[in-house]
Amino acid sequence: MSAPVAPRTLEVFMAMAYAMEREAVERYTEFADAMEVHNNREVAAMFRTMANYESKHAEQIMAEMGWKEPPPPPVSGFAWPSHEAPETTPIDEVHYLMQPWHALQLALGAEQRAEIFFGALAQATTSESVRRAALELQAEEHEHVELVRAWLEKVPVPDGDWANDPDPPRDDD
Amino acid sequence: MNDVAAPQAVRVAADYKSATKPIWCPGCGDFTVLSSITKALAIVQVPPHEVAVVSGIGCSSRIPAYTTCYGFHGVHGRALAAGTGLKVARPDLTVLVTGGDGDGYSIGGNHFMHACRRNVDLTYIVMDNHVYGMTKGQASPTTEPDWDNKLSPGGTGIRSFHPLVIALAAGASFVARASSGDPNGTADIIAKGIRHPGFAFIEILSPCVTFRPEQRAWKTLVHPAPVEPTDDPARAARRIMTDDGFNIGVLYAGERKAYAAPRGQSLRAVADFEAEFAT
Repeated sequence: MSAPVAPRTLEVFMAMAYAMEREAVERYTEFADAMEVHNNREVAAMFRTMANYESKHAEQIMAEMGWKEPPPPPVSGFAWPSHEAPETTPIDEVHYLMQPWHALQLALGAEQRAEIFFGALAQATTSESVRRAALELQAEEHEHVELVRAWLEKVPVPDGDWANDPDPPRDDD
Repeated sequence: MNDVAAPQAVRVAADYKSATKPIWCPGCGDFTVLSSITKALAIVQVPPHEVAVVSGIGCSSRIPAYTTCYGFHGVHGRALAAGTGLKVARPDLTVLVTGGDGDGYSIGGNHFMHACRRNVDLTYIVMDNHVYGMTKGQASPTTEPDWDNKLSPGGTGIRSFHPLVIALAAGASFVARASSGDPNGTADIIAKGIRHPGFAFIEILSPCVTFRPEQRAWKTLVHPAPVEPTDDPARAARRIMTDDGFNIGVLYAGERKAYAAPRGQSLRAVADFEAEFAT
């Protein structure tokens, strides 16, 4: 992950935070849909819940900024530190037999990346209002990290053979 | 008469996504390609009813059903033939042709070359995973010669097809490579392809996590092309032939005029064809 480019204004920074939340909503929704199609309903419901949480965070940003309409998406050429927004789990990190523990591990990673991202932005920016907002969001993401950790305590750790499929798609499995 | 146009609502990516849930394997790169296509259409702001998504057969060829655009899920390898015919008959439509490496480079290989040659103004998006996924993992034209699996023990030993060079040599006027691991960057490239007046070929590296799980590493290997796109095909060919296969971006954007049906030819009604062939 390369160093983030700090937005110069609070508006731009919050638009970026909003885009990050919306991208997370989109990805968790894709995961939930995929799991539903593959009849992994427990994990599907979990991803749906995560999408709802991220959606609420996006709404919260809208409310805080007093925006009536979503801000325009980041302009072409906008660069996250990686290919996707920090809170977006890469599409290829799911498995059709995954269990709630795996889904929570992905959520934990996403929240941790977001926390690090906002912390780095707070350090990089030269704008005091952006710095304050970044620190606030960093603290929020830290809370989410702790919530996911607490949630993880409540779900069983999968057995080592969790991915074994008696009728695998690959005939060499 | 009120000549002040009502303000048009801005279309967002979700407006182009249908309610049908994709049945791809969880983790498939095609999920983000679908997302990139809808984002690209939102960038271009073309109404869904003015877009046709045409495909052949294969996992990635399911895409038309997942959009709110008009769709045609055609015959294996024949997506470009159908898409070309549609665009020539209805030049007002934005035509996207989508598919995979097997559909496009093997079964439809001949159509691929001639679509590049004709330079009809459409966008051809190939989700390349170097394998036939839908039929359980056979080697495809872009499979590496040493890919060892049960169906081709020791590998096929056959040199891989190089779609970008073939496209360039055959006359495509826009050649790009993208990665499903970079959905926003891919959306920008697709939008550029749609806006390009001519045949735009976009090869998207889209891992098959079921039959080629090692392709998960692609997202760490891709990198932006270190040079700006060129309009010189010889220079583009040299770059494409010598790069590492993971350069992302528009690699060639030429200015050859797109094909259009000659003026003066009137389109015939469906009834005319019926009268000629169905009686």
